[in-house]
Amino acid sequence: MTALLDIKDLVVEFPVGGRIVQAVTRVSLAVQRGETLGLVGESGCGKSTLGRAVLQLYQPKSGQVVFDGQDLTTLSPPLMRKMRQRLQMIFQDPIASLNPRRRVGDIVAEPLIIAGVTDADERLRRVRAVLTEVGLDPDITMARLPHEFSGGQCQRISIARALILEPELIVCDEPVSALDVSIRAQIVNLLEDMKDRYGLTLLFIAHDLAVVKAVSDRVAVMYLGRICEIAPTEALFRTPAHPYTRLLLDAIPMPDPDIRPVEGVAVGEPPSPIAPPSGCRFRTRCPRAADRCAAEMPELMALPGGQMVACHFPLI
Amino acid sequence: MSLLEVENIVVDLPTPRGMLRAVDGVNLTLDAGRTLGVVGESGSGKTMLSRAILQLLPRRAKLSGAIRFDGQDMTRIAPETLRKLRAKSVAVVFQDPMTSLNPVLTIGSQLTETMREHLGVPQSEAILRGVALLAEVGIPSPEQRMGNYPHQLSGGMRQRVAIAIALSCAPKLLIADEPTTALDVTVQAQILDLLAREQRSRHMAMMLITHDLGVVAGRTDEVAVMYAGRVVERAPTRELFHHMRMPYTAALMAALPKLDAPPHTRLPAIGGRPPDPINPPPGCSFAPRCFYADAACDKAKPPLSAPDRMAHQFACIRPLPVKVAA
Repeated sequence: MTALLDIKDLVVEFPVGGRIVQAVTRVSLAVQRGETLGLVGESGCGKSTLGRAVLQLYQPKSGQVVFDGQDLTTLSPPLMRKMRQRLQMIFQDPIASLNPRRRVGDIVAEPLIIAGVTDADERLRRVRAVLTEVGLDPDITMARLPHEFSGGQCQRISIARALILEPELIVCDEPVSALDVSIRAQIVNLLEDMKDRYGLTLLFIAHDLAVVKAVSDRVAVMYLGRICEIAPTEALFRTPAHPYTRLLLDAIPMPDPDIRPVEGVAVGEPPSPIAPPSGCRFRTRCPRAADRCAAEMPELMALPGGQMVACHFPLI
Repeated sequence: MSLLEVENIVVDLPTPRGMLRAVDGVNLTLDAGRTLGVVGESGSGKTMLSRAILQLLPRRAKLSGAIRFDGQDMTRIAPETLRKLRAKSVAVVFQDPMTSLNPVLTIGSQLTETMREHLGVPQSEAILRGVALLAEVGIPSPEQRMGNYPHQLSGGMRQRVAIAIALSCAPKLLIADEPTTALDVTVQAQILDLLAREQRSRHMAMMLITHDLGVVAGRTDEVAVMYAGRVVERAPTRELFHHMRMPYTAALMAALPKLDAPPHTRLPAIGGRPPDPINPPPGCSFAPRCFYADAACDKAKPPLSAPDRMAHQFACIRPLPVKVAA
């Protein structure tokens, strides 16, 4: 099976105050067609940067982003623009990602215009159909402005806009983080339905492990620009191999009064990406760290059960 | 007499569309040394309730009802007395520490200012106490940090500083309003640990306001669930989680993705949205989204009452049945 998306040795850097920050350091990830790959990590770990670099919204320093056999980093701007019809993105802040001065009908139709659909009747038909798909009434929504809608409804509009060109891959960057619990479940279900309906492949970026577990077939864990662990979802949650994955799982507050929170599971905060620790980047917070961890950066390696871990002393 | 007694609080906010009822008749009590979790989604009124208790409502807001702290009605005392009470007896930690920290003053001057002002402690002693407090809340090399500005610290460290300032005058009540919502999960765990430790060792009362049922489950004595400006269920924490009676509480719990469920398990979402707070329905606010509602639910707002067990109150005329222990 060939992957729909194959990220190879990707490096993304930004200049910050005269210095170079490496937000993504030699990341390799493959997403199979029809799969949802969850990407989790804390703020500043590079997960959003990685998602945007897939769509070439950031120019990678080196490495490849191979989509359906074509390396997107080598495409000319006109060819990339054409390719974007097959790759879409949904952002965290549903209200900020919609143009406040444009009517919902025009916002959702815009990708069609860019894609060269010149027939206005055809555009109208497709906008109405996709709005209905995402659970909005086109007669009520099309003529309104984004501020007339709640956060959950704006996220439905964003999803409609991402779906209208029937893309193959959608990068979802924290799509439900800004929503209340009762609305979050509606949008998670909608994304799952749309994935089936349109045969989508999803790169689902989030910091909430429970949400990631609910939607992902496999999960990748990122820390300070590097992938720590990639595993099938159930395996990752049942037997985390990387000490950082373990820490993330232990830190989740459980909605169960019989589970007493264990005090002291977490120590310290992620170091600055401007000066990451030598060797393993997690070693400054890791209970298992030894001399080797400071000297040698661990590479991702396969464990017998199918998990991949970048750790000199994995938990399994 | 409880440390805090909130009696029939109503908060109205004028908006261009009309009067918005942010808090609609809330009653609460909190004893010294106890922890109350207040859970609600956006617009449930949980933050306005805490602002009312702190007397920090927007100027145009209309407040009615009584808020008694240590027997004194905070809505009726002179501004100067209120200022002293607020500084020494009731402290608050907000979601974003940058809203309470002054960006142009050092950590040290902000920490010592409150102690000098309200406790009359001389500067040299305030500095010693400040350094000790920073160490207590887990800030490494506290002497050095006293000279730092807020922007030189991470979000988690800033929240620790905000907690140190809140604790500096030894309050009897700490109101923590979404104290960890802006933080990463590993930092959140540390800050919740810190708050729990300080609450226990100082025998403070704490009101922990959050949207996250997981945050209150392991760390509170009692939980009050708010919806559309009202407390709709209130019980000791274990009792609440084990025997949810109000359909909203149960629906909120069910809508959470579960770590023990396999991937692609469909979430039982709550349909619809909360009601418009400017034109609330006459009956139960949750009825339009409630699976169990019938015509009677649309007639009047059910009062918060405890028909079966004294300590377990809920505002529902079609409550979920009491689970019988097998």
